[in-house]
Amino acid sequence: MSEIRFVDVAMRYPTRRGEVRALQQISLAVPDGQFACIVGPSGCGKSTLLSIAAGLVLPTEGEVLVDGKPAYSPGPDRGMVFQSYSLYPWLSVRRNIEFGLEIKRTPKSERTRQSSELIHLMKLDGFAEAFPKALSGGMKQRVAIARALANDPEVLLMDEPFGALDALTRQIMQELLTDLWQRYRKTVLFVTHDIDEAIFLGDVIYIMTNRPGRIRTTLNVDLPRPRSFDMVTSPRFAELRNQVVGIIHEESMKAVESELARA
Amino acid sequence: MSERVPTTQAAPAAPARVQRRRRGLLRTYLTPKQAIPRSARLVLGIGSFVVIITLWSVGSALINNPLFLPSIPRVGTAWIDMWQHQHFLGDVAWSTFRIVAGFLIAAAMAVPLGLLMGSFEVVRSFFQPPINAIRYMPASAFIVLLIVLLGLGEEEKLTLIWIGVFFQLVLMVMDIAHRVPDEMLNVAYTLGASRWKVFYKVFLPATFPEVVDALRITMGWAWTYLIVAELLGAERGIGTFIIISERFLRMDRIIAAIITIGILGLITDTIFGLIHRWAFPYVEKVHA
Repeated sequence: MSEIRFVDVAMRYPTRRGEVRALQQISLAVPDGQFACIVGPSGCGKSTLLSIAAGLVLPTEGEVLVDGKPAYSPGPDRGMVFQSYSLYPWLSVRRNIEFGLEIKRTPKSERTRQSSELIHLMKLDGFAEAFPKALSGGMKQRVAIARALANDPEVLLMDEPFGALDALTRQIMQELLTDLWQRYRKTVLFVTHDIDEAIFLGDVIYIMTNRPGRIRTTLNVDLPRPRSFDMVTSPRFAELRNQVVGIIHEESMKAVESELARA
Repeated sequence: MSERVPTTQAAPAAPARVQRRRRGLLRTYLTPKQAIPRSARLVLGIGSFVVIITLWSVGSALINNPLFLPSIPRVGTAWIDMWQHQHFLGDVAWSTFRIVAGFLIAAAMAVPLGLLMGSFEVVRSFFQPPINAIRYMPASAFIVLLIVLLGLGEEEKLTLIWIGVFFQLVLMVMDIAHRVPDEMLNVAYTLGASRWKVFYKVFLPATFPEVVDALRITMGWAWTYLIVAELLGAERGIGTFIIISERFLRMDRIIAAIITIGILGLITDTIFGLIHRWAFPYVEKVHA
């Protein structure tokens, strides 16, 4: 059982022009095995929220609980995948994937077994000994996901992981990720600004407001599982998309207006 | 279907000679950042030497005075004579020893300090202001001071090289360390690495290739300070050889010695290049 819960999380930081309120009163709980997506206009603090969950940033107020235990510092129970892949260029694909296991001092034979399985699962066969420089963007991100999964985290935190990929690759990655989730049933917190992506992947979508970021709406995605890409054209998908687009558009307009007011 | 669309099913005809399309000469050679044909690169590279040699030959023929500009054959003869009869090998050995020793001492101190300065703000805040200031003081300006303090021995020469290399290198390494992406470290934390493990398993290896690049660049500068140090009072060394040759008005030897320094520089640069390629095969090549 692994649940991640935000309790009244707030984030403020001082700047020369006064205090910036990045996040306000964030309370949400992602139960065990749920795939939760966070969408919102850019600059709403959704990435900060994920960094707080990872323990990389301390919130000004409130706390994040993983299975009831406060998460003040990063740990292997919360794996993270960044948009920038952040692979280690001096390590082969295999050793990148085994990085967390090496830290844990998992015996070599077990490491090899696990990395081989993930390499196959991630369709990276033949690239085990390649350096990251030889990989395409989509492959790099598959290695990064495999590296996070190899560590068997309780919660997987994903910060716009497909944001740097082209549209076709992104679609393939989304399908791969939903299959992986079907297999591992990890608790996932997935940040994106791509609405279709959030609907396709998520069980639930949290829509955030413009700064200070708050959870404005929670939307349950009642599309059946397992999901496949033909669902994107279903009427229910379109309905959900219209709903989310409307709310986000409103928030984006507010953001533009408040920027104009400040100027 | 239009007749002009070629079909893949068509029986393969005899392979027509592929006509490479070309742009005009000006466009090919004078478009910024456009690659030029390999053959042209080669011709230009050799051409530059041809130009230098021609200018030198014509110049020395016109001046016709070996005191100002000796001819190429004269310098060549002098160069061979230096090795055979003037104990030039000993001078080269002394200079090489000073360079290597001074550079190693400077690097051994600058690399660790630079890495610490780039990763810990505590260390950076303390060391950066004085180093920044000293960096702008020309190393050669310290010579008199060093001679008074340390005499004319090896200490003075190694210290001068150290001054010339250390302060530059430390700041270069600091920048390299500072540029290691935060996310690279953060990923390691979320994979369960301790701060110490993040430091030596991620941070250090992430800096290595660029540190070797920085060493390669500063090594070139070390030669400058070495020759300056040797010009002012040394028993042996390439600089000493140059100053003695000056007394005897042997321009041919001076030029031959300078060219030797160039060759030695090329050799060290090549060694660094080989080390880089051998140790860091994973680095993405930025330029061809």
